[in-house]
Amino acid sequence: MVEATEFPHLANKYQVYGVPRTVINETLHIEGAVPEPMLVNELMKVLDP
Amino acid sequence: MPLLNDKIQIEVRKALQNMAGPVKLVMFTQISNALECEMCSETKALVEEIAALSPAGRLSVEVHDFLDDQAATEQYKVDKIPAIAVVGAQDYGIRFYGIPSGYEFSSLMDDIVTVSKAESGLSAATKAAVAKIDRPVHIQVYVTPT
Repeated sequence: MVEATEFPHLANKYQVYGVPRTVINETLHIEGAVPEPMLVNELMKVLDP
Repeated sequence: MPLLNDKIQIEVRKALQNMAGPVKLVMFTQISNALECEMCSETKALVEEIAALSPAGRLSVEVHDFLDDQAATEQYKVDKIPAIAVVGAQDYGIRFYGIPSGYEFSSLMDDIVTVSKAESGLSAATKAAVAKIDRPVHIQVYVTPT
């Protein structure tokens, strides 16, 4: 968990315009709260980028 | 003047009754520097207030100086402050950066109880999928306090 307003340089770096914004391994981004299976789907992309 | 009012203190005390095992909140701040980071002292006060409401010996707080305590900073891979690592029977890699207020206060409370149980509560399908991940993965969730 990263509080975006306390770390504006990171919010800027990861283009956080809405919350929650999930960043996986610097490259994958998820906008908003998503159901568990969808999060897992995104997560599995780290194995086969 | 406590950060948590009477009503919230009662809720926190109740939530922490559900803790199954001991949990340590490892807090990183600037102890030595007069110019403590914004929200650092409040975050430290918050974790100390929460710990005081737990059943005896269940929730403890360990405070480290971000700059002076290099060994701890490296062990917990903390790169900014205020930081809180929620550590139970093992370190599951859970970190809070910035003050956990608003909705994130509930997230912290949930994480403390979850970590104490050493059980994520994720579905069997999720556990099976995640077990296939053979490399380190860094997940950051950006939030705002409201």
